This record gives sequence, structure tokens and C-alpha cells, in this order.
Amino acid sequence: MANNVVVQVRGLRVVRGGAVVLPDLTLEVRAGGVTGLLGPSGSGKSTLIRSIVGVQVVDSGTVQVLGRPAGDARLRTRVGYVTQSPSVYADLTVRENLSYFAAVLGAPRSHVDRVMHEVALESQARVLAGRLSGGQRSRVSLAAALLGSPELLVLDEPTVGLDPVLRRDLWDQFHRLAARGVGVLVSSHVMDEASRCDRLLLLREGRLLADDEPAALLARTGGRDVEHAFLRLCDETEVAA
Amino acid sequence: MSTRVTLATAGRVLRQLRHDHRTLALLLAVPSLLLTLLWWIYDERSPQVFDRVGGVLVCLFPFLVMFLVTSIATLRERSSGTLERLFTMPMGKADLLLGYAIGFGLVALLQAGVAVTVAVWPLDLDLTGSPWLLLVIAVADALLGVALGLFVSAFARTEFQAVQFMPVVVLPQFLLGGFLVPREQMPRLLELLSDVLPLSYAIDAARLVTATPDLTAQLGRDLGVVFGVAIALLGLGAATLRRRTP
Repeated sequence: MANNVVVQVRGLRVVRGGAVVLPDLTLEVRAGGVTGLLGPSGSGKSTLIRSIVGVQVVDSGTVQVLGRPAGDARLRTRVGYVTQSPSVYADLTVRENLSYFAAVLGAPRSHVDRVMHEVALESQARVLAGRLSGGQRSRVSLAAALLGSPELLVLDEPTVGLDPVLRRDLWDQFHRLAARGVGVLVSSHVMDEASRCDRLLLLREGRLLADDEPAALLARTGGRDVEHAFLRLCDETEVAA
Repeated sequence: MSTRVTLATAGRVLRQLRHDHRTLALLLAVPSLLLTLLWWIYDERSPQVFDRVGGVLVCLFPFLVMFLVTSIATLRERSSGTLERLFTMPMGKADLLLGYAIGFGLVALLQAGVAVTVAVWPLDLDLTGSPWLLLVIAVADALLGVALGLFVSAFARTEFQAVQFMPVVVLPQFLLGGFLVPREQMPRLLELLSDVLPLSYAIDAARLVTATPDLTAQLGRDLGVVFGVAIALLGLGAATLRRRTP
């Protein structure tokens, strides 16, 4: 795809429950690295992600994913999506959950074992998802998005509450996928996850504060870390306004 | 529409139930227990009452139970986020609804099978028609329950609300369906009302099997109405499912 652009958002406006969540958002996500979508809770991250995977009613603007309008039927095997709260069946085992999603996607059955290994859940294969801890459940949810061969992964806070070792492993996994050419967009409200990203999109109150590489962002704002940079950018925009 | 996705969904619905032993036991045992209770109440005084209403009840239980189970299952699918996930996958609305209809339809077949067996054999329900026909009617009613449950769940936001729809949607149909007073003996307005309620035809059909030996044109028409309304409601249910939500 031209310039590796996997997601192109132009003039996106979304109103939810009478409140303008995204007033007029324009941004791009490229393949070849992990893009972090960072912002505090309530900044519009999930709404943007829902718009990208085509389940959000949008008021105006366009969202192009892999060269097609978001939500296009042909994108449904090409985009992997992890919702913010784990979306798995509590009354099915880990394996049954993944086998079902694999069947819906038309992915080979061998993928079920592969993704269980990738999220380190093989030993829990026969446990009901409802009996797992919160972190384990979100790993099942993440594993479901890795089924098939998605060209774009859109992950809404996939590592919240996870063990640091597992979190590191998952980020390594995201980077391996990105190196393979998969577009990876990961949202987080934890600013220290920013250092693990190749590119950052900082979102606040539905507006894009920055779209830059982490090092360049720190250099430009003179911040010690991304949290600091975020604060500097907030001050700047308030002065400008 | 994809057969693979539809069947996978039906299998998944059944697997979910298989892990829930208590629900499964309740589904299979409760209709028979209630029938036994009814039989016991009338056995010595007036056994003909059990013969008259037993067949109708055998058909009504699957309707009632499937309505409840389906509306709650669909609601859970919405609130757990799995519906949103499925809609980002190659899942057609028809695949989802038919998957549910097939999965719960099979459970209803099992449930009605147990109820018919218990009614006809140990309880000695005096059936003029074939018990197999009673089974077909029971499954048709169960599908109607599934379809109605799917449709109604679109209007419920919580499980509390979904359960409250039962007395709203099911009880009036039961009262007006000719179970208490024959439909043609009710006030004209209520009779007209009962003419447009699908459960009336389900009760008529069960009545016919209780009283007449053969498959009549009347029975065919009643069954046709029940199946037809079930399919129409599934279509309406599909229309209430939205890939994009606000």
C-alpha cells in the first residue's frame, strides 16, 4: 500500500450521547512499526478505535482502512480488534472461545494453538473464561484478535493490569508483527507505555496533541518523559487558545 | 450468509449450555415436573382436564422457556462486547440469528421430546392425534419463542428489563389464546385481538392434535402461521441488530 498508510482519518466527528467526543480529527497510521494511541481516559481513544473497526456511528468525516472505507465487509478478515473490556464468552473454555472465533474468521484450526502459545495460556486451555483472572481473560480476548492473518491490529488497552513480564512479551510480539508489515495500533492511558512505541499519537479531549516519534517528541517539547511532554503540549495549546 | 459461520454459532450456543449444568437440568426437567404436578392435581377428580390441557402445555413450555433463554442470551451477547467483536468479523446478521435459532431449536427438540414422552407414557395423556405431531408443534412454538426473544431483546437494556418482557409479551398471548376460554366465545374485540397473536395458532394446533386423529388442513394452516411468524420475527430481529452503534 502507498506510503504504508494503513489507517487514514480525515475530519472525523463523532457525537456520543449528546457530547462531542471527536470534534474534527485527522490523522494517519502507518505500517512498519507500533503506533501508540495515548491519552487520558475520556480522551476519545476508544471512540476513534471503534470508528476504525467500523462499529461506531460517525457524524461526518472519512475513515479509510487498508484502502477501503472502515467497516467494509472485505476488511472483516483483515483487521484484528481487541475491545477495551475482554469480549469473550465466560461460559466457554479458552479453547472453545478461540475455536469459535477461528471458525467465524475461517482461520485454520492450528491457529488456536498458536495464539494460545503467544499469550501464554496453553495451560488454561480447558478452563472456563469466566474462571480466569481479569488479566488472563484479556489475554484470551487478545489471542482472538491474533487468529487468522490480520494486516492491521487495533488493540484498545490490551495490556492493562497485566504482569510486567507478560506485558513485555506482548509488546515484543507486537513489534515482531509490525516488523512483518502488520499495522499495529495500540491504545493506552499509561504514559510509560509510550517508550515501547515507534510512533505516538497523543489525544486529549478528542483532539490530536502530537503525532511524532517518542524521541522527537521529547526533544521538541523538552520533556523528561512522555507524561511531561504531554503536559507541556497541553499548556501550549491552552496558551494558544 | 455462511453455513460455516451459522453452524459454528449453533455449536457455540450449545457448548455454552453444556457447561451450564443447572440450566440444562432445569430446561429438561421442569416441563415434565410441572406436567406431573398438573396430572396429580386432576388425576382423581377429573382426569379429562389433564387430557384437555396437557397437550397444550407440552407445547407452551418450550415457547416460554426459549423466549426467556434467548432474550437473556442475546442481551448478554450485547453487554459482554462479544456482539461488537463478532460484527468486526465476517459474521452476517442472518448467520448469528439462524445460529441461535438452530442451537436453541435443538435444545427445544430435546426438551419437548422429554415432555411429550413423560406426558404420553407414565402420565398416560389421552392423545387422539400422533405424539410426533405434538413434538413438531412444540418445536415450532420453541422457534417462535426464540424469534420473539431475539426481537424483544433489542428493546431491553438490562436483564431485569428482558425478564419483565415475559409478562408483557407472553402472558396476554396465553390468556387470549383460547386456553382459558375458547377464542370464539370471547368478546368480539378480544377474539379479533387473539386472531393476530401467533400463540393462538400454536394453542389451536396443540388442541387439534389432542382431539383429532389425523393431520388436517386446519392443523397445517396453524403450523404454517407459527413457522411463518417465527421466520418473520427473525427477519425483524435481524433488522434490529446494528453493526454500528452510537
